Amino acid sequence: MSYDVVMKNEQQEGEKLTVSRRWLLLYAGVAFNGLVGLALATPVIRYLLSPVKRDAAYKSWITLGPVADFPLGETRLATFINPFRKPWDGETAGVTCYVRRIAAAQFQVFAVNCAHLGCPVRWFPQSQLFMCPCHGGAYYADGARASGPPERGLFTYDYKISDGQLQIHAGQMPTLSNTAKLVTIGNVKGKSQCTG
Amino acid sequence: MHRIKEIYKWLEARLQLEGPLKDAALHPVPRNTASWWYVFGSAAFTLLFLQIVTGILLALVYVPSAGEAWSSLNVLNHQLELGWFLRAMHGWGSNFMVAVVLVHMAQVFMFGSYKYPRELTWVLGVFLLLMTLGMAFTGQVLRFDQDAYWGLGIGASITSRIPIVGGSLVHLLLGGPIIAGATLSRFFALHVFVVPGSMLLFASLHVWMVLKLGINEWPMPGRIVRRSTYLQEYHDLTHKEGAPFVPVAFWKDVIFSGAVIAAVAVCAFVFGPYGPSGQPDPNIVQTVPKPDFFFLWIYAALAYLPPSMETPFILIAPVIGIAILLGLPFYASEGEKSWYRRPVAVIVLCTVAISWGVLTHLATFTPWSPHMNAWSGDPVPPRYLHDATPLVRQGAVVFQSKQCRNCHAVGGVGGQRGPTLDSIATRMTEDQMIRQVLQGGGNMPAYGKNLPPPEVTALVTFLETLHPPNEPPAVDGSQKEVQTSQIVASSGSKK
Repeated sequence: MSYDVVMKNEQQEGEKLTVSRRWLLLYAGVAFNGLVGLALATPVIRYLLSPVKRDAAYKSWITLGPVADFPLGETRLATFINPFRKPWDGETAGVTCYVRRIAAAQFQVFAVNCAHLGCPVRWFPQSQLFMCPCHGGAYYADGARASGPPERGLFTYDYKISDGQLQIHAGQMPTLSNTAKLVTIGNVKGKSQCTG
Repeated sequence: MHRIKEIYKWLEARLQLEGPLKDAALHPVPRNTASWWYVFGSAAFTLLFLQIVTGILLALVYVPSAGEAWSSLNVLNHQLELGWFLRAMHGWGSNFMVAVVLVHMAQVFMFGSYKYPRELTWVLGVFLLLMTLGMAFTGQVLRFDQDAYWGLGIGASITSRIPIVGGSLVHLLLGGPIIAGATLSRFFALHVFVVPGSMLLFASLHVWMVLKLGINEWPMPGRIVRRSTYLQEYHDLTHKEGAPFVPVAFWKDVIFSGAVIAAVAVCAFVFGPYGPSGQPDPNIVQTVPKPDFFFLWIYAALAYLPPSMETPFILIAPVIGIAILLGLPFYASEGEKSWYRRPVAVIVLCTVAISWGVLTHLATFTPWSPHMNAWSGDPVPPRYLHDATPLVRQGAVVFQSKQCRNCHAVGGVGGQRGPTLDSIATRMTEDQMIRQVLQGGGNMPAYGKNLPPPEVTALVTFLETLHPPNEPPAVDGSQKEVQTSQIVASSGSKK
């Protein structure tokens, strides 16, 4: 190996060394920014996920009115205000449900949302059917599926009677992922089997 | 003039944009791409800017609050001078944009433009299509009326079908437990900031790549794309017999874009703005929610799927569809570009287009939905009750009052969910009708619990009269046989 070549090699190594020092600082800078970003991401993600709560956290007992408002053997539309309302919700703070009084202290409270895709079902007392205007789902008076695309009967709310007032356990839009999975399909008699 | 030139020079000395802009404008393109088939991409880009401008103008007035949005839209429609026209421009601009993007996509698919080296251009295009549809959906939500409210309900119901995380995703989608103020606010943020921002970025990259890689040449049968040779072939094509993009090809882009904007304005002026329909009050259940035009095909597909297929289909089909679109340029990055040599591509495009057309057409008159007011609104045609017995007339009353009409048409009016009943007596015997009414089946609810026997008798007697004059009602073949065998037996015993 000649002297020249050795010199050249040393020079190259020296250059490499100078460059990699700068690069090292840059890497350190990038890593530092990454750490800051990670630290900031945590509150941002928590902020974004704040609406995600357990189903129970979104539910409370809501009064639908005195039991006497619901005639025996009939199904009536009832409305209530969502317990988690915000001042700017406007009309959308309202929620609608159907109350069917089977006996003096026996009720069924159905969500208005079709079990298929959530459209509002309408009650037809003459034919004793709930019909959905969207995809043609139909349900019997007891909420059981009669025909059409729904896989199951109407969603029901838990209810109780306290001081002569009918109360339901509600606050969340019923979908197949919350209320639905706990209810058995078929003729639901008496108190709803829904516990969610 | 001299002064303007001075100002231009001063700006150019600092901006130095002349060079790159000249390069972009004058870069050579294959001569036969100066075709009317190549104008859809630039038209989509123009429409994106139209939407941004009209969107900003609407945002000057619109209130993104669940309590106020609907009334602010009505102020725009009725009280603000030409507010209706701006809303109509934005609404029709959105229709045109979805349409032009789809036509552009069909065109580049047919021309094999996604092949090497333009795979990434196609992939970005697929994302741009999804974002365009996302803008159409979120825009429909901002038109905060009954359709928007229940459309969100459908969105939440579909999301809830995702296993395990479905419930959490519904909370994220709605911003809480129900459709309310938080829902509109987040859709406003998506529609106004997140999606348009990403669209601008993606669309700019998309155009950048078209400039860098060159516009796809007109496909010729037999001119095969090969990775090893394509770049050289394209270079030769553009440099030997190409033409500068401006003005040779660009004038058609300019004229078509202008025509599209003019068409949007004419549609907006003639047809006016979309909605808003009824106020977004969840307590009004007398509503028939329907999605906007470009989602009607999904609406139809969801009505026709069998219940057991629905969740898998809703969750898996979009993933497969998007995966196919994204994977296409990598699966078929070489080979023929000409549609004369790509029969499968032609068949696929035709099938998709026809299916889309059929589903959309079906969803415009929704044969699967009951006509909620048919029972009270559409009378039984008098000719069916002329000379009818009291029992038959009573049956017609039962037919109307029990809402049979909501699903069954008579005299051409009524729901189409069940079969039309004008000639039902020729298809079903009395016994079959009684069984069908009492037990239901085949998509019909059972009325056994809700119809006392006299009403069933009246109803079926009425249905028995529904047959054309010269066609006798159906009779049970076995009954005839029993009767004749009885006659034979009795005559035999006489002997």
